Amino acid sequence: MSSFLPDGSAGPSRRFVFKLGAASGVAAAAYGLLSPKSGNAKDGDQVGRSPFTTPFAVPLPLPAVKQPVAALDPPPQKEAGPGEAGRLPHQRWEEFLPKTLYEVHAREALHSFHPELPTQLIWGFDGLLPGPTFVNRIGNPVLVRMYNDLPANHIGFGSPEISTHLHGGHIAAESDGYAGDFYSPTKFGPTLTRAGAYYDYHYPNILAGYDDSPATFGDPREMKGTLWYHDHRMDFTAANVYKGLAGFHLLFDAIDSGNENDPNPAALRLPSGVGQFDIPLMLQDKKFDSSGMLFFDQFDPEGFVGEKMLVNGKIQPFFKVARRKYRFRMCNGSATRFFQVYLTFQGRDQEFAYIANDGDLLEAPLTAQHVRLGMAERGDIVVDFSRYPIGAQLFLVDRIVQDDPRGPDDKLQNPGTPMLRIDVDREPPAPDNSQVPAKLRALAPVDLVSVVRTRRFELERGNGQWQINGRFFDPERIDADPGRGRPEIWVLKNGGGGWWHPLHIHLEDQRILSRDGRPPPPHERGRKDVTVVGPDEEVRVFIVFRDFTGKYVAHCHNTVHEDHAMMIRWDVVP
Amino acid sequence: MSTKRMFLKSAAGAVALAPLLVSASASVGGPRAGYFPNAALQTHEGRKVRFYDDVVKGNKLVIFNMMYTACTNICPPDTANLLQVQEMLGERVGRDIFMYSLTLQPELDTPAALQAYASKYGVKPGWTFLTGGRDDMDLIRRKLGFYDRNPQVDADLSRHTGMIRVGNEALDRWCMMPSLLRPRQIVDAIVRL
Repeated sequence: MSSFLPDGSAGPSRRFVFKLGAASGVAAAAYGLLSPKSGNAKDGDQVGRSPFTTPFAVPLPLPAVKQPVAALDPPPQKEAGPGEAGRLPHQRWEEFLPKTLYEVHAREALHSFHPELPTQLIWGFDGLLPGPTFVNRIGNPVLVRMYNDLPANHIGFGSPEISTHLHGGHIAAESDGYAGDFYSPTKFGPTLTRAGAYYDYHYPNILAGYDDSPATFGDPREMKGTLWYHDHRMDFTAANVYKGLAGFHLLFDAIDSGNENDPNPAALRLPSGVGQFDIPLMLQDKKFDSSGMLFFDQFDPEGFVGEKMLVNGKIQPFFKVARRKYRFRMCNGSATRFFQVYLTFQGRDQEFAYIANDGDLLEAPLTAQHVRLGMAERGDIVVDFSRYPIGAQLFLVDRIVQDDPRGPDDKLQNPGTPMLRIDVDREPPAPDNSQVPAKLRALAPVDLVSVVRTRRFELERGNGQWQINGRFFDPERIDADPGRGRPEIWVLKNGGGGWWHPLHIHLEDQRILSRDGRPPPPHERGRKDVTVVGPDEEVRVFIVFRDFTGKYVAHCHNTVHEDHAMMIRWDVVP
Repeated sequence: MSTKRMFLKSAAGAVALAPLLVSASASVGGPRAGYFPNAALQTHEGRKVRFYDDVVKGNKLVIFNMMYTACTNICPPDTANLLQVQEMLGERVGRDIFMYSLTLQPELDTPAALQAYASKYGVKPGWTFLTGGRDDMDLIRRKLGFYDRNPQVDADLSRHTGMIRVGNEALDRWCMMPSLLRPRQIVDAIVRL
C-alpha cells in the first residue's frame, strides 16, 4: 500500500517485496513485457500482499472516444443476422433505425496497471481497460455490434461468454445485456437460441416517456448523461468486469449539450470536451499477488475487496489540469468496495459543485465536500481549479474503511487513500466560458396517486445464499410483471446481517421516496438507478416502466452477490 | 471396515494433522495444485482418495456440496434436487462430470454412514460422498468457499451452506449457485462452463 502524508508528499521510500527480486521498476516492467501471464496466482505467489507501487507515477489515461464505422458487414437488421448470436428481434426497430454504427471487439490484450507491475493480460472492450468512451446524442439511434473475440480455452478467473449491459440505458429488453443472453462463437446462454461471433445492441437514444412525447424524443426531464457499460454474464459478472470489461457511455442533449460555448440560451454550458475538460473517472479497487499479477478470489462467496486503488485502469495516477473548471464523472466500477472521495489541498478538504448522481443532473447543484458511491453509482462534480495557483497539487482521496466484503465501516479514515493527484500546471488555452448554472434540470413530480401497485422485495441471506423474496435468480422465471406505463412503488428491505446491497433496477430510474421513513439526503432526491440498501434499512422507491416490454433484471450490484443469484427477473407487460 | 483401519483413520484425523495439511502437491499440478490440500479422504464406498490429485485435478467438471447425514432441514431437499440434476446429466456423470458431497460431521459420518445415506437417496455412480479428518475437511470446505465470515453462523450446522461449487480445475473456472435452483437451470449452467 502506498503511503501518503497530509501535505501530499509521497511518503517513505519504496520497499521491495517482489518475489522475483526485481530491484527497480524498470527491471520489473521489462520482465513483464518479456513474459505476459494470464493473471493466475500460482504456487508460492502470496495473495493479499500486493507489491508496493510508487504513487502518482503514471498519468491518468483518458479513454479514447469510440469512433463509428461507415457500415457493418453483414448489415444490421431487425432479426438476428448470419453469424449473430440467437437473440430476439429488435422491438421498435423500424421506428429507430440506427443512424450511427459502431463495431467493438471484446478481446484479451496486454495492459499495464503501473510501470512497476508486470504488463499482463486483461479482457477489455477493444482490448482496453477501461473500454473506449461512447459519446452520443439523444435522438440519434445507434447500433453497437459487439464481437466476442475472447479466448475460448481461457484459464483462470473469468468466463469468455459475454452479455454487454449499458447501465442506465433506456433500452429494449433484447439489447439490455440480459444475464442469460450471453454468447460466444461456440456457446450461448439459456435465453438465446444459438451461439454467435457477435451480438447487435440497438440503442435508440430516446428518453423514458417517448410514447407520450415523441417530438422531444421522450420526456427531457428523464435525460441521463453518465452511463457505463460492462459485462453481465450470468454467474461470472464479478470476474468478467474485474478482468476489465467496463467503460463509459456518455449522452448529451440540447440542455447538457457538451459545448461550453453553446449559443443556445437553454444550454447549461457545463465544462465540456470529453477527455479535455469533461473527464470520466472509473474508480476501481484491485488486488495483485506478490508477483504483481492481477488476482481475483473465485472462492469468496461474500464479495471481493481489493487493496490498490485505480482510476481509469492505472494505480494512483496523476492528472495535469489548467486553471479553469473541469467536470469529473466518477463511477464506482468495483465489485464490492464503496468509495467516499474528498478533494484535498494542503491537507484541507475542498468544496466543489455536485451536479449529477447516477448520471442524472440534480435540479440545482449542491455544494459538497465529498461524494459517496456504492458499487455502480456515479457522481458528477465540477471543480474550479482557477482558485489554485500554478504548482498546486490536489488529491482525490478515499476515506472509506472496508476490509470486509460485507460493506464499509461506519467510521472513515483520515487522511485516507489518495486515488488521484491533480497538478495545476498551466493557464487555460482560451477563456473559460463554462459555467455551473443555479438550475440544472427540472425534475418531474412524483405522482403517488398514479401508483397502481406496491411490491416488496426482501433482500436476505440464508444458508450462505442470497435471496430476494426467498427465491434465487432463475433466468426463465418472471418474479414481477409491472405493466408498461403503470407506476409502482417498490419497497426494498434489507434483511440484515450487516450486509450492504446497492440495488440496481434496469430500464428506468427510480425516485427514492424514503429511507426508513425519512426523506433521502439531498443528492438522492433526484432520479437514481442504483439504490444502496444498508443493513436493516427499508427504502421505498417510485418507478414506472415505459416504452418497451420484455424481460429485465434487478439485482444487487455487489457483483459477487449478483453471481450468487441475488437477482430477479421482471418483465414489463403491455 | 476393519477396526484397525477405523482406528488409523480416526487417529490420523485427531492427531497427525500437520503432515496432512501441508502434504506435498502432486508433481504435475494444475492451476489449483498449491491451493487445495492434497488430503487423504475416504469415499462412501471405502476407497481412499487424495483430494487434489484424485478429486479436483484435471479437465473435467466437478460439483461440490456440503451435507451431513443427520441433517434434517437443508440436506434432504438439496440432495433430492441434485439427484434430479444427476438424472438429467445422464451418462456424463462419472465420465467428465463428477459430483461430490463433503460431510460437515466427519466424526459421525463414516464411509458406512455415507453409503447408507447415498443408498437411501438412490444416488447413482459418479456422485461420491467424502469424509476425512476434521481439520482436513474444514480446510477443504473453506478453500471451496463454503463459509460465513460471521463465526457464529459459520459454526452453526443448521445454517450450513445450501450452495454448490461448480468448476473445472484445468481451466481454473469456478462458480457457485444454490442447490435448490431448478434442476434444468443447474444443468444448463454446468454444461455451458
